[in-house]
Amino acid sequence: MIALVIMCIALSLLSDRFLSPENTWNVMRQISVNMVISVGMTLVILTGGIDLSVGSILALAGAVTAGMLKFGAEFTDMNLYIGFTLLGALVGGTLVGTFLGWFNGFTITKFKVPPFVATLAMLTIARGLTMLWTGGFPITGLGDNMAFIGTGWFLGIPMPVWISAIIVLSAVVLTNKTKLGRHIYAIGGNETAAKLSGLKIKKIKIIVYSIAGALAGIGGILVTSRLDSAQPNAGFGFELDSIAAVVIGGTSLSGGKGTIMGTVQGALIIGVLNNGLVLLNVSPFWQQVIKGFVILLAVVIEKFNSKEE
Amino acid sequence: MEKQNNKELPILEVRNVSKNFSGVYALQNVNLDIYPGQVTAIIGENGAGKSTLMKIVSGVYPDYEGNVLLNGKKVNFKNPKEAGEQGVVIIHQELNLIPYLSIAENLFLGNEITNRLGLLDYPAMHKQAKELLSRLHLDIHPSTPLNQLRVGQQQLVEIAKALLLDSKVLIMDEPTSAISNHEVELLFKIINELKSKGVAIAYISHKLKELFEIADRYAVLRDGQSMGSGMMMGTSQDQLIQLMVGRDLKNSFQKEKTISANEVLSVENLKFQNPENKKDYLVNDVSFSLKKGEILGICGLMGAGRTEVLEAIFGLHPKYVSGKITIDGKEQKIRDVNDAIAAGIGLVPEDRKVQGLVLNMNVAKNTSMASLDEISKFNFINQKREAKLSKHFTEKLNTKVSSPKQTVEKLSGGNQQKVVIAKWLATNPKVLLLDEPTRGIDVGAKSEIYKLINELASQGMGIIVVSSELPEILAISDNILVLSESKLTAKLSRGVASEEVIMKAALQEKE
Repeated sequence: MIALVIMCIALSLLSDRFLSPENTWNVMRQISVNMVISVGMTLVILTGGIDLSVGSILALAGAVTAGMLKFGAEFTDMNLYIGFTLLGALVGGTLVGTFLGWFNGFTITKFKVPPFVATLAMLTIARGLTMLWTGGFPITGLGDNMAFIGTGWFLGIPMPVWISAIIVLSAVVLTNKTKLGRHIYAIGGNETAAKLSGLKIKKIKIIVYSIAGALAGIGGILVTSRLDSAQPNAGFGFELDSIAAVVIGGTSLSGGKGTIMGTVQGALIIGVLNNGLVLLNVSPFWQQVIKGFVILLAVVIEKFNSKEE
Repeated sequence: MEKQNNKELPILEVRNVSKNFSGVYALQNVNLDIYPGQVTAIIGENGAGKSTLMKIVSGVYPDYEGNVLLNGKKVNFKNPKEAGEQGVVIIHQELNLIPYLSIAENLFLGNEITNRLGLLDYPAMHKQAKELLSRLHLDIHPSTPLNQLRVGQQQLVEIAKALLLDSKVLIMDEPTSAISNHEVELLFKIINELKSKGVAIAYISHKLKELFEIADRYAVLRDGQSMGSGMMMGTSQDQLIQLMVGRDLKNSFQKEKTISANEVLSVENLKFQNPENKKDYLVNDVSFSLKKGEILGICGLMGAGRTEVLEAIFGLHPKYVSGKITIDGKEQKIRDVNDAIAAGIGLVPEDRKVQGLVLNMNVAKNTSMASLDEISKFNFINQKREAKLSKHFTEKLNTKVSSPKQTVEKLSGGNQQKVVIAKWLATNPKVLLLDEPTRGIDVGAKSEIYKLINELASQGMGIIVVSSELPEILAISDNILVLSESKLTAKLSRGVASEEVIMKAALQEKE
C-alpha cells in the first residue's frame, strides 16, 4: 500500500499528466484485464496451485466470442445456420474459459498431475486451439455493442472498470464470508488437515480452476472488445503479469496466505508503473528491467514486514 | 561409571545466560554445567527454554546476555559451523538430512572430501562412512539413498554425522521420539561408548523413564529459569516432576466410573488390506464394542495396526477396508470422512501439526473447520457464531489463547492439541477417536487432557484412545485392547490389566 502511494506521489510530481482524469481512467481501464485474471490466479495460488494457462485461455475465449458473434455456427451439409446474439456469444466465450479451467482442475485432481505441468500443457493446447479456430488471422469488425463492453462508459466510469470492480467485490466476499473461501484457505494451508476435517478437496480445487478459467474468458472478452478484434496471439505472457500482481500483493506461492485486496494493490502497482514509465518516456527496454526490479523490491519489503511481526 | 568423573571440571559452562525475543524473556539467568564422560539430562516442560538454551550453546542464536565457557574459556559461537569446529555439535529433533542423497553424501555434506582435481572423492568418503556405520551397528551400504531408510535408521545417520565431527560436546534433542525400542537400545549403547571416550552429552527428552536409564545428571528448567540440578542417582521421578511443574501431580487424576449399559459403537470383522501388498492386512479381523461413557484404550507396538484401526473406522481408506460398523444400533456405511462425521465420529489424529491443524490459520477458524455447515447459511459463514463457538471451547477446555484471532502456530503443543479436540467437539460426536493425544505435550497439559477425556466420557461420549505410553493407557482406560501384528491379541478390563500383561499380549506372535 505504501509503495503504491509513494509511486503515485512521485509520478504526480514528475509528470503533469499523471493525475489528470483522462490518464487516471486510462490506467484503470488498462489494468482491468489483469485485475480480472489475477482474481482467479489468487484463488488458485491460495490453494497452493498455479495457473499458467490463463493467457492462452483468454485468447481462445476472445476468439470464440468474436467468431460466434461474426460468423455464428454454420453446418453446410445440413443447410443450417445459427446466428448468435451478443449475450449468446459472451456466454459462449465465458463457458469455453470455464470448461478449459475445469479440465485443468480435472487433470490435477483426478490424475494428480502437478498444477504447474497441467496448466503448462493447457497453455499450449489453448493457444493451438486459438490458432485452429482463427486460422492464425484476427477476427475483426464485431459491432458497436461488443465494443461498448471494452470502451464504453456507464455513469461516468468506464465499463471494464465496472466489470473488474464487480468481480473483485464478489471475490472479496467469497474469500472472507463463505464456506468455499474458507475451504480454499484451509486446503492451501494444510491439505492433510483439511481432508481429515471432511473438506471435499477435489471438488473445491475443480471449482477454483474453473473460476480461474471463467475469469480468463471474461478477460478475453474485454481484450477483444477493446480492440474490436480477436487476435490469435492475444494474452501472450499475461500469466506472468498476473502471477506478479498476486505475489506483489503478498500472497504466498505455497498457498493458504493472502488476500484479494492485496492482489488488487499488486495489479495497481504494475499498472501505475507501466503508465508512469510511458509518461516519463522511458525506453521500452528499460521499462522491463525496472518492472522486474519493482517486483523483487515489493516481495523483499513484504518478507521484511512479515518478519517484523 | 562414575569413578573419578565427579572430580573433573565441567567442559561446558553456562553462566547467567538470558535471552529475550522482542522483550519476552525465554531464558533468565540460566546456569548449566556439562561434564565430560557424562550424560546430563535437560528436563523441563514444553516452552521451559530447553531448546533455546541448546541453540545458544550450539551457535544457532549468537545474541544473548551472560557467558558460555568451553574448557574454562569464554566462547561466543556465531553459527553452528563455528561451534562444530570447536567440538560442540547439536543433533536436532527434526531430521536435517536430504532424502535423495546417499548416506555418505549426507554425512559429508558441507565437509566433502575432494581429490587433487577438486572433485568428490567417493571411495574415501565411502570408506570413512562405512567405518562410522559399523560403529553404529548399521549394516547398510553408504551409497544407499537416505529415503530408503526407516526413520530410526535416519536418526542414527544423523548421529553418525555428529560423530564425524569428532565432537567433544554432543547435544541430543529428543533423539528417541521417533525410533523403535530396538533402536533406542542401540542408541544407548552408542551413548555409553561415547561416554567412555570422554564425550560430554546433553540429552533432552520428555521420557523421564529413559532418562533414569541413560543419564548421570539432570538440570531442570522451568519458565526459562534454572530450577535445580544434581545426580540422577538417588533422585526419584516424582521429585523431578515436582521441579518441572512446581506441583505434585500424583493425585491430580482420578478415574471416574462413567460406563453405561448402552452400546454406542460396534465394530465387527474390521479388515484393512495393505494397499502396497494385497495379501497383507494392516488390520486383520478386529471386532469390539464400545459403550456410552466408556474409555477404550488401544495399545500395541509400533506398526501393530493401532492408528490403522482408527483410520479404518474414520473412512480414510474406503477402498481397502471391510467390516461392519454400527453406531447407536444403526449400521453405517462410511466411505469418506464426511460419512464418518455424519455418523457421529471424530478423529484427533496422531500428528497435530501435519494432520490436525492449519497452522497459519487462527484459533477460531481451526475450531470451526469440521462444523462449518452448522454455522453457515446459504454458504455464508456466520462469523459471530464462529467467534462464539471458539470462545465457548477455549473456556471449556481452558485453552490459553490471547484471542480467537491468534494463529495456532504460536500456541504451545498442549494448547494446539486442545484446539484440535475443540474442532471435533464442535461436531457433537458420539464417538471420539484420539490417536496419541498427549505426544510431545508437557506434564501439566497432559493431566488436563486426561481430565477432559474423563469429563467427555462422563457426558456419555464413547472414547477410544491409542497410545504408546502404557502408564497413560492404564490410568485412563476402562477397557484395553492389545494389538499385535494387525490382530487383536487381548481384551483386558481395568482390573486385570498391568504393564506386564499388556506387553505379553503385544509381543504375541501369529500362530
